[in-house]
Amino acid sequence: MAHHTLTPRQYLILGLVAVCAPLGDSCLSRGMTTIPAISLSHPAALIAAVFTPWIAAGIALLIGFFASYLTALSWADLTFVLPATAFGNVIVALLSRFWLHEAISIERWAGIVLITLGVGFVAQGPSLTQHPVLSEETSLEESAAKEAQPR
Amino acid sequence: MTLAIPAMPLAAAPKLWLATAMIAAVVLLSTTGEVLTAAAMKSIGDLDVIRAHSGLKGAIRAVITSPLFFAGVFFLALAFFSLLLALNHLNLSLVAPASASLTLVTNAIAGKIFLKENVDRRRWTAAILVCVGVYLLAH
Repeated sequence: MAHHTLTPRQYLILGLVAVCAPLGDSCLSRGMTTIPAISLSHPAALIAAVFTPWIAAGIALLIGFFASYLTALSWADLTFVLPATAFGNVIVALLSRFWLHEAISIERWAGIVLITLGVGFVAQGPSLTQHPVLSEETSLEESAAKEAQPR
Repeated sequence: MTLAIPAMPLAAAPKLWLATAMIAAVVLLSTTGEVLTAAAMKSIGDLDVIRAHSGLKGAIRAVITSPLFFAGVFFLALAFFSLLLALNHLNLSLVAPASASLTLVTNAIAGKIFLKENVDRRRWTAAILVCVGVYLLAH
């Protein structure tokens, strides 16, 4: 069924999409810079790197991102979900400013404002495009597929 | 000495061409992957409903038995490797913001054409605002 307004649970999933991707990338980046340089002639070092705490945490976060991203795509449009993904960069920039006390340049503040505006624009609209004819067809296909499946 | 002067633009030209081609490859491959993945998830149906009906295993089975999903993941993997290749030749401060922000616009175009999503003026504005914003934030 199509949702015009999102449930709190669906907002939670969009929040996970936004937060998990940049945090996962940051963990991977932090993990990869703390280990010695890996050359292509020693690929075993890459496998060992997977089990270091930061990289393992990064991979876990990225798996969480992909699972929540796929869930979001199952009930919302791609053009609705993608700006939410970009909003994660804003969250990370603000965390680095107020938690890690890193300096943010004027250009980055401008970027934060533009992304927030863009996400605000999309969030005001419907999350899913209604296809009256198409959805009728797919529901027919679905019911046919369910009947064909052995119980 | 006279030969050295025309050599400079000749050396610079393929570099610009190569950088454009590499970023275009990342953007096109990831857009293809995103659109195929989104189409797969739309054809599977609401995952929350499937999970409520047949559990987490049922939801995972519904995803991994979709050929469209694997086609999407294949293109996303190609996009990842083309990003690694691009990072090998170009600066991170160019590749990351350029590919991330251009992908937003190409996805809006592809979403409208291939997924028949209703990309109205609100979503176009958002795609362009977020595109510029990501570029500024990541640069």
